[in-house]
Amino acid sequence: MVTLISHQLAFAAEWSGNITAEARYFFEDALHHRQHRSAFSLSAQPEFYHEWDNRYQSLTFVPFIRWDEHDDERSHFDIRELTWLKAARDWELRVGIRKVFWGVTESQHLVDIINQTDLVESPDGEEKLGQPMINFAWIQDWGTLDLFILPGFRERTFAGFEGRPRSNPVIDADRSIYASPREDKHIDLALRWSHSIGNWDIGISHFSGTSRDPDLQVGLNQQNQPVLIPLYQTIDQTSLDLQLVTEDWLWKLEALSRQGQNGGRYFAFSGGFEYTLVGIFESDADLGLITEYHFDDRKDFAPTPFNQDLMLGARLAMNDVQSSEALAGIIIDTDDHSKMFSIEASRRIGDSWKIMLEGRTITDTPSKSPLHGMRKDDYVQLELGYYF
Amino acid sequence: MKYPLRSIITSCLLLLLPALALAESAEDKGLRIATESDKMNSAWSDQTADLVMILRNKQGDEARREIRSRSLEVEGDGDKSMSIFDTPADVKGTAFLSFTHALKPDDQWLYLPALKRVKRISSRNKSGPFMGSEFAYEDLTSQEIEKYSYKWLKDESLDGQDTYVIESYPAYTHSGYTRLISWIHKGHLRPLKIEFYDRKNSLLKTLTQHDYKEYLPGIFRADRFEMINHQTGKSTTLNWDNYAFKTGLSSRDFDKNSLKRAR
Repeated sequence: MVTLISHQLAFAAEWSGNITAEARYFFEDALHHRQHRSAFSLSAQPEFYHEWDNRYQSLTFVPFIRWDEHDDERSHFDIRELTWLKAARDWELRVGIRKVFWGVTESQHLVDIINQTDLVESPDGEEKLGQPMINFAWIQDWGTLDLFILPGFRERTFAGFEGRPRSNPVIDADRSIYASPREDKHIDLALRWSHSIGNWDIGISHFSGTSRDPDLQVGLNQQNQPVLIPLYQTIDQTSLDLQLVTEDWLWKLEALSRQGQNGGRYFAFSGGFEYTLVGIFESDADLGLITEYHFDDRKDFAPTPFNQDLMLGARLAMNDVQSSEALAGIIIDTDDHSKMFSIEASRRIGDSWKIMLEGRTITDTPSKSPLHGMRKDDYVQLELGYYF
Repeated sequence: MKYPLRSIITSCLLLLLPALALAESAEDKGLRIATESDKMNSAWSDQTADLVMILRNKQGDEARREIRSRSLEVEGDGDKSMSIFDTPADVKGTAFLSFTHALKPDDQWLYLPALKRVKRISSRNKSGPFMGSEFAYEDLTSQEIEKYSYKWLKDESLDGQDTYVIESYPAYTHSGYTRLISWIHKGHLRPLKIEFYDRKNSLLKTLTQHDYKEYLPGIFRADRFEMINHQTGKSTTLNWDNYAFKTGLSSRDFDKNSLKRAR
């Protein structure tokens, strides 16, 4: 009997995943007449997982596909994951396409660099494209040392001509250019040490290769219309991520120094705290108050909106059967006073469905702000997902 | 149900001791029983089990949650544990790693598979509900002696089984309880019933543990937990299955690397 069970476990293979319908509504007419007030979209992300060798080896395959009513760039296919894993006592080896996350802060993921952003998926930049890699992790008492060999650069996805929200003029990703003569064939490398020591989680990383953040240059497309052309620089980046937990407080810091983007070296950090109020109003709900500050020493020349910004946010977790939760936040540029509001809320329905609400508005953007092109693109989005 | 020689001896000693030490206070006796219970429930090394949670609201509507749990006994400190969620499907692959400590706050991490992100969790939230159930985190983490002070109240027969009735007071400032009353089985020294009193000292919940089996000499586990919340009318059943002990897990199976590939 026991043999029979372990035999079945040894060949465990399973499918799971989700299918999601999404509807977006924009509050204002777009800057360009070819853009739309509403958009409907469908996506699917199945996942195949197979483990053997008493859980010490596994194979994971996660394809992703989206169809968008209007935006040809947003209708896309990606392999999020296709990885073989071999784990041993002191090391883990992963070969294939994967996603890796580094970092601790909530409103910006400054040091997270292994994967390219799948920006057409969500303007918050949290969705990532699968990255081909060989990742060797050496696990010792003094921490974990990860080596990444990253062949096959992935270009960032950008909304197409009819897509929304998007920059104005549109970004023409087909005309992307590279600082490296090897273009997207450059093999990038990364090394990371991470460890947990008591109340502290710490990570120190170095990345050498093609920047995931393109600079945008004004140019012309084949029809001689003005477009923005992504330029991918070759960079060296050293970063630190640090987190301290005390009872109600999480203190967070991410910092980096990057050489090679627009020629020189620059420094940036994101840091702040999350304070949790447990069981508010004598209920089971927790309220987390988040404050983070972003700084980039390129200031006005930074191609990111997060150059001198303060983020204030609140996260409500109802801790109920439906896992109802909401996250609301505002990011204020302390220099040019542009503001970005966002709200995300979700709730499970029954065992297999989940409903998600998202809204974003941008106000008071001066014309030099990287957000200025999206000033008419305030929207609300409703998603209904089926999980299996 | 048969008891090993060790527990029979323990029981005999426990019965004899009051006669030998007449001066023993109710507090000393409570602590002694808790210590004996802890001692008896040690040397299991590691444990794996499958858990099905049935959550019921006041109207009787049910929701089902499936979790796999792994625990590692740590000498001289609280245990390490990992819980891996299989259902509901939208949280599949989410995993929770916890290092419990007797006196300092627990270390906790949550792995979110959609973001591939390991999040450190503030350890303050011990009184909050686990997965929307009637169990708080503090009900499910390892019960270290130092986490409570104790007082023996009386001996009582509960459903025909001899028990010690012990009151315990959480040492943790932010516990959701002022006190617990436990009915400890005199043979295997595990609780048959626990009453939880909230911060206002009103009866909040009652836990009963059913169908104890002896998996290793002296190591007893209940197959079914029933928690009833008297104030909301909600209840939660935990059905434990496939208990296995001494499976060869090590601290390496309870770190952030193993959390990321838990599944």
